[in-house]
Amino acid sequence: MVSLALKDVGATYGRRVVLSDINTGVLKGGQLTAVIGPNAAGKSTVFKRIAGLAAGPGLVHLSDTAKGSEAICYMPQDTGANAVLTVYESVLLSAKQGSGWKVKDGELQEIDRVLAALKINELAFRGLGELSGGQRQLVSIAQALVRKPEVLLMDEPTSALDLFRQIEVLGFMKRLATQSGMAVLIALHDLNHALRYCEDTIVISDGSVVASGPTHAVVTADMLKSVYRVEARVEACSRGRPVIIVDDSIALG
Amino acid sequence: MTAIAEEIAGIEGRGRYRALVVRRLVMLSGLLAALFVSVAVDMALGPANYPLSDVLTALFWAETVGDQLRVVIWDIRMPIALMAVTVGASLSLAGAQMQTILANPLASPFTLGISAAAGFGAALGLVAGVAVFPVAVQYMVPINAFLMAMVAALFIHFASTMRGVTVETIVLLGIALVFTFNAALSLLEYLASEQALAAVVFWTMGSLTKATWPKVWVTAAVLLVAVPVFARRAWALTALRLGEDKAASFGIDVRRLRLETMLTVSLLAAIPVSFVGTIGFVGLVGPHIARMLVGEDQRFFLPASVLCGSLLLSVTSVVSKTLIPGAVLPIGIITALVGVPFFFVLIFTNRKRAW
Repeated sequence: MVSLALKDVGATYGRRVVLSDINTGVLKGGQLTAVIGPNAAGKSTVFKRIAGLAAGPGLVHLSDTAKGSEAICYMPQDTGANAVLTVYESVLLSAKQGSGWKVKDGELQEIDRVLAALKINELAFRGLGELSGGQRQLVSIAQALVRKPEVLLMDEPTSALDLFRQIEVLGFMKRLATQSGMAVLIALHDLNHALRYCEDTIVISDGSVVASGPTHAVVTADMLKSVYRVEARVEACSRGRPVIIVDDSIALG
Repeated sequence: MTAIAEEIAGIEGRGRYRALVVRRLVMLSGLLAALFVSVAVDMALGPANYPLSDVLTALFWAETVGDQLRVVIWDIRMPIALMAVTVGASLSLAGAQMQTILANPLASPFTLGISAAAGFGAALGLVAGVAVFPVAVQYMVPINAFLMAMVAALFIHFASTMRGVTVETIVLLGIALVFTFNAALSLLEYLASEQALAAVVFWTMGSLTKATWPKVWVTAAVLLVAVPVFARRAWALTALRLGEDKAASFGIDVRRLRLETMLTVSLLAAIPVSFVGTIGFVGLVGPHIARMLVGEDQRFFLPASVLCGSLLLSVTSVVSKTLIPGAVLPIGIITALVGVPFFFVLIFTNRKRAW
């Protein structure tokens, strides 16, 4: 099973240092790992750095995989809305990068399978420009899955989805990770989702890791106060699951 | 969803995709057939009109027709008809890829100042007798035009690679180039002799009448180099339309792809303009028509852009001969008049999003 570890990873845009000294333990395959933190903390940059799309010092260590660097797939927040392409074509596009013009039946079968798994096969022949933000996000997930990555970096994949779809997609990703052994890192803003679906969590603030480990140990009232400046409690619900309850007062200082 | 329902949905997806591909191939075949007809009609028209059957006989069984018909078709009209095809194809393809890499529907050799730069280069030769590249002075005008067009194209490219320069800025820079070169051109026109002024005005209107076989071969050769360059990158170029981040996430080296495309586009845009003068519109609208017909999968969009540009300019060539009997109007004047109505019909009847 694939695993990933970051050692002293940093990232720079020109002369500006946007990430520094990012260290993680071994991020295991077969599970979801949440990457959380305030806006502009550097979550997307961590993903880009892991995927080799941003420059910087440090080492991204990937356990031996058959696919090498192609094992890693970064899924940006959105997919282009201006392109005159159908959903089906845009997913095919992702699968066909680096290969010839001819499209084989097996490749189309894989697209059909992914669209059906995400329950968006009814959108298959709609134009990207006709989709809602949430639908485009699902297409973006399909584009990532069709590449069959071993490490999937999902940048806020549920930000535009309704509650039902959020639960459906995260549940699906968790099952998929368990079944396939894929390592899935997900940038999330809804920390209750992190508590429910992600075994481990990495907290990033101001371009550095401020906490990492099992989610229930990382997402605490103290962390919420120091990183998010929010007064909240993390308590067990009637079914015993931890949930975040935000109190009225917000520490803006 | 049950496994059976998933399987049925899957078959429907694959089937519909295959049907879409067939529809697009039919569309491309239709464009090709229309182009062939247009080129044949173009060759039939002129001071002496020939029936289409004579033109086809002269084309395919040249030895069976009289010397006069053979010379008129092969030596006089065919270079002009094929020049329309190659120039239209080059400008439309250049516009298509500019729009792709700059993610802007307004990008074209004309709107980004490449044509204006070529016009200025030509005028430098025609008015001031200045050869930008002082070798082969008899070809001063096209060489000047080509070099200035390349300067403008490379300026646009290097500006686009600078940090913090957005695609909107590039279009603004292009428009600034148009104004700058047009102002410089006006200055040259103001200072020009009456004879030189007439030559410059005629040049900037764009005309196919000076087409020769060598010019046709050069434009065709550039096309033959450019098309495989883009074809090999068809998936990557299509992916660029999903956004830079998305394309990079597919493993595409976006910076390199833009550089290679822009350099090829520079040649594609500069060569035809230096031979036939300023022909706007085709480079802007040809790709939009292609996009409306076959979408943006470059495996279809690329040939469709080539065919739409060729067809647009070939039909324009026909119209330029028929509008005023006995006179051939400069093609640059007619292009928009022919293309605009067709473009409007497509925009107003195509309910799907076209950009």
